[in-house]
Amino acid sequence: MTSTRPFEPKNGFVKWFDRQLPLFSVMHGALVAYPTPKNLNYWWSFGSLAGLMLGVQIITGIILAMHYTPHTAMAFASVEHIMRDVNYGWLLRYVHANGASFFFIVVYIHIFRGLYYGSYKAPRELLWMLGLVIYLLMMATAFMGYVLPWGQMSFWGATVITNLFGAIPFVGEDIRTLLWGGFSVDNPTLNRFFSLHYLLPFVIAGVAILHIWALHIPGSNNPLGIDVKGPQDQIDFHPYHTAKDAFMVSLLLLIFFAVVCFAPNYMGHPDNYIQADPLVTPPHIVPEWYYLPFYAILRSIPDKLMGVVAMFAAILILFALPWLDKSKVRSGTFRPIFKQFFWVLVIDVIALGFVGANPPEGAWLIIGRVATAYYFFHFLILLPVLSRVEKTRPLPESISQAVLAKHA
Amino acid sequence: MSTTDSTSEHHGEGVKRRDFLFIAAGGFGAVGAATVVWPLVDNLNPSADVLALSSIEVDISKVQVGQSIRVKWRGKPVFIRHRTDEEVAKAKAVDIKELKDPQTDADRTKPGHEAWLVMVGVCTHLGCIPLGEQGEFGGWFCPCHGSEYDTSGRIRKGPAPLNLEVPEYAFLNDTRVRIG
Ligand code: HEM
Ligand code: FES
Repeated sequence: MTSTRPFEPKNGFVKWFDRQLPLFSVMHGALVAYPTPKNLNYWWSFGSLAGLMLGVQIITGIILAMHYTPHTAMAFASVEHIMRDVNYGWLLRYVHANGASFFFIVVYIHIFRGLYYGSYKAPRELLWMLGLVIYLLMMATAFMGYVLPWGQMSFWGATVITNLFGAIPFVGEDIRTLLWGGFSVDNPTLNRFFSLHYLLPFVIAGVAILHIWALHIPGSNNPLGIDVKGPQDQIDFHPYHTAKDAFMVSLLLLIFFAVVCFAPNYMGHPDNYIQADPLVTPPHIVPEWYYLPFYAILRSIPDKLMGVVAMFAAILILFALPWLDKSKVRSGTFRPIFKQFFWVLVIDVIALGFVGANPPEGAWLIIGRVATAYYFFHFLILLPVLSRVEKTRPLPESISQAVLAKHA
Repeated sequence: MSTTDSTSEHHGEGVKRRDFLFIAAGGFGAVGAATVVWPLVDNLNPSADVLALSSIEVDISKVQVGQSIRVKWRGKPVFIRHRTDEEVAKAKAVDIKELKDPQTDADRTKPGHEAWLVMVGVCTHLGCIPLGEQGEFGGWFCPCHGSEYDTSGRIRKGPAPLNLEVPEYAFLNDTRVRIG
């Protein structure tokens, strides 16, 4: 995408710097002159919000690491020390813990935005897949972070998840020992998880740069899902989206700090305020809420290996989505049947979340199995068939024509 | 194009020499890379001090019939149960053909000490600790995803694929066992 506004710095230092390393012009191209479709709605702010949350996690995380001790004998106490003794320690920890949840909320909305508006389709398949890589890295990072306070849920969550790898035929046990550094989750495990929990957010930041780079080649998709025809369809990122995103940032921070200040443990689990005990499993182990749909898929299959396979497949299937949904029309707005099934999928995933939070018995088990079946049906059968048979509504001539018609 | 011909002839010979050099250099590089990578991976495996803790001795003289104790071995609980005659009889009566992981009760105990069941108290599903004397089969019940084990610790119901693991162990005498 060529910029509509060339970069013309006045400051002598900036000129000199940019000639030798075009850092300023790259930033200008990405954050000021980046031409966006003029019809983007608020759902398009969630990418920026995700970037904000990543920043929040990295900053609070680095500070927490200055007070935390990664040892099984001291980790739990050091977190209590952060909560009680360190100046503003409680704030930093609550921001970091709830920040992870909000990061996931934002990214889930961002992903479903892409699912609805067909942002995964050509020419943005790679962009979509880079996003999924970020999502997988986020899951790994959050999982290892949750182990660090060394509470009961930390310990037993880590035990259950690392045991998933034991289900892999032949090499599973060796991989598990390699993850543990021993014969169970123990001090070596805590140490390496701390190291990796520190590392991975920076890997995420790197992949996010690739993600945005890949975004800026074709440019943003838009609610109509049609290609930009020329400058009349576009506006510059600054001041339009900077202002719009700033509004969404305020809204997010408002809700975020309401939770941090008034319900900081709402999304946590009380068992994690009990120090880890390798000899006692809590009666009901649940992972953090953002893993629940996948946990439900794991449990709804009565075979250990197949359960693990289904759980990973549920995420990996999204990598194939650009080729499963062959419809040329991107936006759900013009796909009357797709649109309805999109909402069925949303409800299905939320239902799986509730199933994951409840014991796998009675009605929950049945709902879980039906919802798991639907999830795979949606991607593997419904979308490929629908994209062939669905009669889509006529697309507008151009973005500006549609926008003007709406406001005429 | 006589020059091309002569070079291609020349080439024919050169290719063999080059191939050898490429493969030799590549092979050397691959071996070198593997030697560098292995320490980077193997350091994640259990270290010497962790391995050193891998065997323990337990005094079982105080465990009465119908009682169990739990000892910690390699960071995990080991259940040592002094089974009642009834439990042993029940475990022996099972037809092993109906088991998911077929093992007789004799496979899981030591001759002369059939009343004693020694096993790693870790559910073979995803590693929770099952609760004793519970569930349909009077053995162990795992609260995590509902696996049930019988009085011999064999899997009877639920998602776990295998019987509770019997570790390597030996009776040193009638009142002492060494695990590991
Ligand atoms: C750290 C996490 C992430 C960051 C910082 C991030 C950042 C961004 C930003 C700033 C944009 C441009 C603004 C927008 O269109 O919303 C964007 C676009 C996009 N992202 Fe992400 N993203 C993240 C994760 C993900 C994930 C997990 C996915 C899903 C697989 C994803 C899929 C997409 C797609 C498909 C677009 C193009 C949207 C369009 O133009 O319609 N992103 N991302
Ligand atoms: S860990 Fe025991 S049933 Fe899943």
